[in-house]
This record gives sequence, structure tokens and C-alpha cells, in this order.
Amino acid sequence: MRTRIGRSTIAAMCIAVLAGGCGGEKKTAEESAPATAASTTLVLYSGRSEGLVEPVIALFEKETGIDVQVKYGNTPELALTLREEGERGGADLFWAQDAGALGAVSKAGLFADLPADVVAGVPELFKHSGGKWVATSGRARVLAYSPERVKPEQLPKSVFDLTDARFRGRVAWAPTNASFQAFVTAMRKTHGEDTTRTWLEAMKKNGTHAHANNVAILQAIARGEVDYALPNHYYLLNFKKSEAKFPVDQVAFAPGDVGNLINVAGIGILATATHRDAAERFVRFVLSPTAQQYFASEVSEYPVIDNVMTNARLVTREELLKSAPRVTLDDLDDLDGTLALLRSVGLL
Amino acid sequence: MKRTPPWFLTVPALAVGLAVLVPIGYLAARAFDADPATLRDLVWRARNLELLANTLALASVVIAASTLVALPLAWLTTRTDLPGRFVVTLLSILPLAIPGYVVGYALLGIGAPHGPLSSIFGVGGPRLSGFVGAAVALTIYNFPLVYLHLRTAFASMDPSLTDAARSLGLSPRRVFERVTLPQLVPAYLSSVLLVLLYVLGDFGVVSLMRFETFSYALYLQYIASLDRTYAAWLALMLLAITTTLVVAEFRLLRDLALERTGLGAPPKARPRRLGAWTTPAYAFIGVVALASVALPVWSIVYWMGQRGAWTDANELVRSFAGSLSVSAPAAFLATLLAVPMAFLSRRHASGLTHVLERSAYIGYATPALAFALGWVVVVLRAAPWFYQTAALLVLAYTLHFLAQAIGPVRAGLHVATPRIEEASRSLGLGPLATFRRVTLPILRPGLTAAAILVFLSCLKELPLTIILSPLDFETLALNMYAFTTEAMFAEAAPYALSIVLLSALLTSILFHKVGEER
Repeated sequence: MRTRIGRSTIAAMCIAVLAGGCGGEKKTAEESAPATAASTTLVLYSGRSEGLVEPVIALFEKETGIDVQVKYGNTPELALTLREEGERGGADLFWAQDAGALGAVSKAGLFADLPADVVAGVPELFKHSGGKWVATSGRARVLAYSPERVKPEQLPKSVFDLTDARFRGRVAWAPTNASFQAFVTAMRKTHGEDTTRTWLEAMKKNGTHAHANNVAILQAIARGEVDYALPNHYYLLNFKKSEAKFPVDQVAFAPGDVGNLINVAGIGILATATHRDAAERFVRFVLSPTAQQYFASEVSEYPVIDNVMTNARLVTREELLKSAPRVTLDDLDDLDGTLALLRSVGLL
Repeated sequence: MKRTPPWFLTVPALAVGLAVLVPIGYLAARAFDADPATLRDLVWRARNLELLANTLALASVVIAASTLVALPLAWLTTRTDLPGRFVVTLLSILPLAIPGYVVGYALLGIGAPHGPLSSIFGVGGPRLSGFVGAAVALTIYNFPLVYLHLRTAFASMDPSLTDAARSLGLSPRRVFERVTLPQLVPAYLSSVLLVLLYVLGDFGVVSLMRFETFSYALYLQYIASLDRTYAAWLALMLLAITTTLVVAEFRLLRDLALERTGLGAPPKARPRRLGAWTTPAYAFIGVVALASVALPVWSIVYWMGQRGAWTDANELVRSFAGSLSVSAPAAFLATLLAVPMAFLSRRHASGLTHVLERSAYIGYATPALAFALGWVVVVLRAAPWFYQTAALLVLAYTLHFLAQAIGPVRAGLHVATPRIEEASRSLGLGPLATFRRVTLPILRPGLTAAAILVFLSCLKELPLTIILSPLDFETLALNMYAFTTEAMFAEAAPYALSIVLLSALLTSILFHKVGEER
């Protein structure tokens, strides 16, 4: 009887060891890369999903011969890990999904300065003023709605209209989501603390449904639970990619409305980076037309440099910039104030 | 009976006890940075009490519902002649293999006019969310824990007791109430504790179901605020509550003495003939399997069918290998460590051995995110070479999930008598040989259950994996989760399905090898 247990567990261990062995062989394809930087290995913490950024990383490895070891995870978890690692950490780069996490890592003094020439092609709007990190792509806040239950003329012009009685119980939002919180921060900067508080309270009173994330609020429209939602623009495009008839559409508010805020994903070089040159090369590459075109075409995001074709299903970047509110990335830094406000109105 | 415990039991147990303190020490250190005013706003606020009440209400309902589902299933698969018991056993364990958020998405979608159900029948069903939704999803996810424990207890129970009770004139129902049920209590309490700790710690399911609990607040404090100080306070508060529960369970268990008093191996129980009850039994099993296995699996298949494009096969193989390479060793190690922990507290009862055994539960109750961050801090200072290695991840899994392994082992020990161990010693076998040749075989069902539980938990684990995994490391759960957060459900589906298949495969191999169901 004892031997039976022994055998089955040993069998399991063997499978595991074999499996581990297979796992280790993944880098063989890159071995033929140029020998110049063959010994360099970059360590990247990526809060952006593998599905979104892996092709760009592979292309970089192929072009430069620099090996990039990646740790994928949620942006907040990785930001917390970086803070706990502190100066003992071994990461070269942090690529995050949102400005809030980049701001927190930057405030903790963990980023090195980005050389001006690395980020030269990027407009001020997409750069951290302290030069610690740079946006790598943008996504817009939009109004998603059900085309079956909402006529075009019924669409609100401003995010402030949603407190109206005719939207009672028909709107979904995701108050715990970082992008939503960035939007609230933007509203505080553009319209002031009191207006924002009033709006949040009125929305809550109007029966706005709170969901866990952007995916859930779009599904809530599809399920017929609500008719409107406040997500980022690119989730719907993913839904439509897998299912053309997904019953949700989206639209921007009137130009300049804070509901059209542009959120960014961004990257910074860590102060602990041991391969500063290679890390700078990586940032340059992510900001290059090749990588930017990839984000625009494949991930349906907005490029941060000029002269890149935006996805046909999106508005052009010029239009986007015109419709966006006047908010800088630094304005979005004050996450604590927003969280305090959300807590005091009972949304967190 | 009062012997000094042998070193091969005390050393591993002491090591575990110390290791569990690591994350708690970390939390305490972080908590010191707090500023009193902010502490009042964030931690000592009425809302946290409200959330706590929510959590406890949810936990009680989940425990009650899990018991009502698991007890009949455990009895049917161990004590009756029900045909197809092996399949029923698998179906009763499998829900554990389905990640909680898949169950969540499946239940949310069930009643949708645009979802898997309406795509077959053309109409939607009930819409589950909030308290009810969370309770249903967490029950589906947790009843297998109760099932596995009860099943182990049934399987290691001495049937001569029930036979004696019958021969003394008790009706079958009275025998069940007065003889069988009391013998299930230790195993049952172990499982209740695990369910309780799980519900207290869950944030994935409750956030999808829009039901706010205490750990949801804790998770948000970490994730939304990227804060380590006040989150540590909330985590310590949660730990204070769970420690109370862990101690309470111990008090309840302490005075139970359920060892067999007879000598020799327990005779095999005669299966109960179901007769006319076979059909209702299948109906019950059918309903449970439909909700807990068929529905989530159907949702996954539905995602998969949304688009023809297949995921990169290499990637799938790589994450499959990644998952297996850490989950299997952790399951093995946790089971290995559970034996001394349970054995010590059962056979060498003392204040210290009890504290050591309970410490495993504290490891389980420590929020995974805090648990992982604690190890980051300590390992980088004490042994940087150990950081971001697969071995560290295996260790973290083992320490975090050890409690799941202890329950079934302890339950087995509760019914195995120390007398035969003493007999073996008196016949000249040493403590190690006695343990190997006498005690271990009795623990077999418990060890199997322990390994399965830990393996399935590791397979789905996220926060520890994200934070402590080696670079360039992928698991099925990581990829699956990443795709679902981007609304790429078609891409997520093969990973979700692999998790379920791998779990089913390993569970059946273990049960098959042990040969209990023959």
C-alpha cells in the first residue's frame, strides 16, 4: 500500500520535472540573434498582459539580440512588489497599465531619469513632467450603450448629463477600476472637488450600478441589465473581435468633456537597473513607429507619436486629442485625494 | 503514551511554525508606519464593521449550503452500492478545479438574454448577483472541500461500531445519528474551518457578484491605493478574527477521542443497498453536477466557440508545464509536512504541538497578497539568491495551503487507534518503522485527499504566483486571468479548460492508484 502512494507521487513528480524541463527550452529561437549584445539580459516587469505586448518584446529581442526576461502580472501587484523590493530589486523596467501605478512608483523614488532624447518624439501631453516615465499608448474613456435600447438622439452630450432622471438605474460604472479613478481625478482637477463630489453622489442616488471592472460593465449592457456604461474604449473592440454581433456600441461625449479623458499605459526605467543602455533601447523601441503601429493596429490603442495610422474602427488621433479634456498626466497623480473622495461618498 | 516526540516530526513542524510567522512579522512591521488620523479614517470606520457583518453572514450561508450538498454525496460514494461511484466522486471534487472567477462569470451569464444559456434555449434564466449570487458561487466552489473531508472520514471509519449499534437494536436512522455522525465531527469541523477561512479571504467571486466583504476592502486598499500600511492593519484585523476561529475550532475538537478501541485492521464496510432510492440519488447528483461542473465548463466551451482562432499551442504547453512544475511539488511537500503536524498534535499533544499545528491555519488565513509581499521583503534581505526561483514559489504555496492538507490527515488520525502503534513498538519496530509500516497505511485516504486539495488550489492560485514566480514563468491560471481581464474570452478558454482537465486527470490518477473505489 505504501509503495502505491510512493509510485503515484513519484510519477507526478517525474511529470513535473519533465514539464519543467520543457518550460526551460523556450528561448532557443532567439539564439541566432546578433552577437553584439548577446550577454545582456533585461528584466521587465509588465503590468500589461502578455497578449498585448509579447509580440513587441519578441521583435525587440530579434532586432537587438538582447534577451528580455519578463514578469507578467497585474499592474498594482507589480507596483507593490517593486516598492517592497526597493533598492534590492533586480528589475530594469516597469511597464504599467495606468498612470496611477507609475505615479506611485515614481513618488517612491524608484525610477531613474529618462534621457530627453529617448522620449524626444513624444508630445508633452504623453510625458511625465519630471521625466521619470513616458506613456506608451493611450486609451480613451467613452460612453458605451445598447444600440437596441438607446436611440442616437438620446445619447448624452456630457458625462454630467448622466445624473438626469431619465438615466435612473440605466448606467454602470466600475469605481474600483484604476481608469475610472483617473477619470475622477481629472474631474477634480478640471471642475473642482465640490462639483465632483456632487456628481458622484447624484450618480449614486440615480441608481448607477457598480461593477468590478470594464469587462463586467460591458457585459452588463449585453445582458440587458443596464443601457449605458463608462469604460475604456478598447474592451469593446476585443469583444467585437471575438463576436461581431456583441450588442454594445460606444461613442465619445461632446469635445472637451472630462468623460473623454485619455488614459495611458506607460514605462519607466528603474533606478536599480543594471543595464541602463539596453533599457533605454527598449524604451526607444516601444516608442518607435513599428511598435506604435502595432499598438494601434492590433491592440486598438492610440499611438503616442505622430504619423501612425490609427485603427480603422477608432477616431483619428487628431480627433481624439481635440475631444479630450485639458488634463496633463501629472494632474492624474493625486490618486489619494480621489480615493478619499470615493470612500467618503461610499463608493469604496 | 507520553513519549518525547521523535526529531523527524518536531523539526519539520517547528520549521513550518517559524516560516508562517514571516508574513505576520512583515505585516506588523508595516503597520507601525501608520499615522493615527488616517488610521481612524481607513481602518476604524463603521463601514468596516458593516463589511464584517456581510462577510460572516455570507460565510454561514455558504457553510450550511456546502454541508447540505456534501454530506449526502460523501455518504452515497462511500457507504452505498450506487453504480458509478467513481464518476460521482470525480464530479464532486472537480468544482474545486474550476477557478472561482469562471464560476462567477458563468453564474452571471446564466440568465443573460445574451449568453450561453439563451444561445441554446432562446430565453434567459434567473439573474444571480449580490448576496445570493456570491453564496451560490462560493458554495459551488467550497462544497468539494467539505466533501473530501467527509469522504475521508467515512472511508476511515470503523464499521464494526455501526454493526454493534445495529445488533443492539438501534434503527438505521438512529445508528446514523448516534454513531456515524459523531465520528464525522472532527473531519467536518476541519472542513468548516477551511470554508470559513476561504470565504473570509475571497475577493474574486464577491467582487464579480457585487457583494462587498471585509477582504474585498482589504484587497482594494492594496490594489486601488497601492498602500501597504493601512492594508497591513486591515490584514491584521482579519488575522485576529481568523485566529479566534482557528482557536475555537481547536477547543471544539480537543476533547474528542474517537480512536478505535479494538485491535487489528478495521473491517471493510458493507455497502448499503439503495434500491428505490437510486433514482432520487441520481437526480440530486445530477442537479449538483449541472450547476457546479456542467455550467462553468459549458461557459468555457462557449467562450472557445466564439472564434475559430486558437491560442498559440507552444504557449499553452509552456504554461501547462509551468503550472505542473510548481503545483505538483507543492502538493507533495504539503502532504509530507501535514503528516508530522497532524501526528504531533494528535499523538504527542502538548501546548507547543497544538500551536504548531494551528500555525498552518494562520498561514492559510493570511491574505495571499500580504503573504507574498512578506516573503519578498524577507527573502531579498536574508537570501537574495532564493528570490524569484521556482523553489520559493513551491515553498510559498506549501506554507499557504498546508492547512488544506492537515485536515484530511488529522481526520484520518482521529479514527486510527494508537494501540496498534504501541503494539508495533512493543514488537520491536522503531518509531520511524512503526510510522511507515503501521500509521502511514491507515492515513492513505487522508493523504490522497490532502495532495489533491493542495494541488488544485495551487493550480488556480494568482497573487502568490504573480509576485513570487521566477522571470519568464507562466502558469495556466496567470494566462487565463490575463485574457479574461482584457475581455479576450476566446483566448482565455483553452487555459481554463486545461486547468479543469489537468485537475480531473490528476485527481483520477491519484484515486485510481490508491484503488479505493474498486
